[in-house]
Amino acid sequence: MSKSPPDLRRPGVSRRGFLQGSSVVAGSLGMAVGAAQAQAEQPSAEVRTIAITVNGTSRQVTVEPRTTLVEALRDTLGLTGTKIGCNQGQCGACTVLLNGARVNSCLKLAVMADGAEVVTVEGLADPTGDLHPMQTAFAENDAFQCGYCTPGQILSAIACIDEGHANDAAEIREYMSGNLCRCGAYPNIVTAIEQVRDSQQG
Amino acid sequence: MKSFAYSRPTRIGDAAEAASAENTLILAGGTTMVDLMKIGVQTPDALVDIGGLSALEGFEVGPDRMRFGALAKMSTVADDQAVIDAFPALSESLWKAASPQLRNVATLGGNILQRTRCPYFRDTAYSQCNKRTPGSGCAALDGGETTLHAIFGGSDACVAMYPGDFAQTLVAFDAEVTVEGPGGTRTIPFNQLHVLPGTDPQTETVLEPGEIVTEISLPVIPAMANSVYLKARERESYAFASASAAVGVEMDGDTVRDVRIGLGGVAAVPWRATAAEDSLKGQPLTEETAREAGRIAFQDAEPLEGSAYKIALGADVVAGALLQVKSRMGGE
Repeated sequence: MSKSPPDLRRPGVSRRGFLQGSSVVAGSLGMAVGAAQAQAEQPSAEVRTIAITVNGTSRQVTVEPRTTLVEALRDTLGLTGTKIGCNQGQCGACTVLLNGARVNSCLKLAVMADGAEVVTVEGLADPTGDLHPMQTAFAENDAFQCGYCTPGQILSAIACIDEGHANDAAEIREYMSGNLCRCGAYPNIVTAIEQVRDSQQG
Repeated sequence: MKSFAYSRPTRIGDAAEAASAENTLILAGGTTMVDLMKIGVQTPDALVDIGGLSALEGFEVGPDRMRFGALAKMSTVADDQAVIDAFPALSESLWKAASPQLRNVATLGGNILQRTRCPYFRDTAYSQCNKRTPGSGCAALDGGETTLHAIFGGSDACVAMYPGDFAQTLVAFDAEVTVEGPGGTRTIPFNQLHVLPGTDPQTETVLEPGEIVTEISLPVIPAMANSVYLKARERESYAFASASAAVGVEMDGDTVRDVRIGLGGVAAVPWRATAAEDSLKGQPLTEETAREAGRIAFQDAEPLEGSAYKIALGADVVAGALLQVKSRMGGE
């Protein structure tokens, strides 16, 4: 950022024209193979292989640039616990932990997650099969209705406590607002989070 | 989603050069862009992912100036205790925006450049949108739904509203944006970054092709410490503003020495209410002067029928924000 700054406010300078024809992605594309998941009307996109650690296991996934993280998890890795709801980052059903932070996996391109660590609902129970305390709390408090949004709710609930934003019911509601689908179960979800928070403090 | 080429440069010069190509967009957090690509509003041939430019992730709250790297996450900055202590309105404008999942990904640089939520811009079933398809017309102005539209700064071509929260704080407190592009580095006053729609609503900022926002900075002033971001919306959380105000006050005894008021949810670009600020300077801060400032802030509004409610709501929000500041200062 220390380059000498020419006055770019000067009119008449067209860098678009100057740079036309320069290669955008030369040398950075993965191998070109057939259109694995491409739609018929689309030309085959280059695909690339990314490395992600999912629930503690290193995985390699070959994706197109337009493949979202939730599509890679569900369609390529077969981890269908993560749900696609609105698919536009509004409902939170697709919430996973990415490098420890909860994110909407439907708005994250899989290529952006190259090298990252992902935790999905499948990764919460310990190897003996014992459920994560938040899973238990959701079950004990009947914190679901149809259950479709539950995996995202549980991951978001774990993050809500980890972030330090579960101090009272109002704050829990504020910081669970990214999980929009909660039907009639919302009071029970708040209770489940309070229960886990208190057990961790105790 | 249409296919596109993807690159992730690790040097800013490479990113700027790559991003200068035709129909190429810069990808940061992607929380708006990937959404718009899914619904066919944006159809780039290539994305340049700047997520590898890790030098842009940091931020600092200094005694004279605050500096925020363009890739700092909304959640990280909103939760930073130094930010909360020094400039509560800035923190509030960030955590009252979007959802925790989005704020963990969305960057400050991307946030200030987010696209409008105008329903006609986002729905390609409508052929009319001068911002999406230049020259096609404006479905909102042609008798459409107008409850979400700008009452300041619109034009005969476009009444889309700038949707952000953070930007209202930046515009009220004289922020600057540093950008780096193929031609070098320059600094843009924040109030000159966005441009009014006029006859050319597809042009939203003064950024040139390939220019990447690298830093957002603000001079530290006393009014920051006594500040609030008040956001009125249709539900308690996770919604765009119906009307919002970023307000900061510096008192000189019993009278207002300095006051900053930025308005959200009401204008085509981040909007500063300078006439309302002027009405308060040298005055005591009371409910009466606060309500007068709110009235003045909206006296020049030009609403379409559906968004006329924003005038009264916005005046209340401005007055409410000023009185919240007074309360925080230990007033009555």
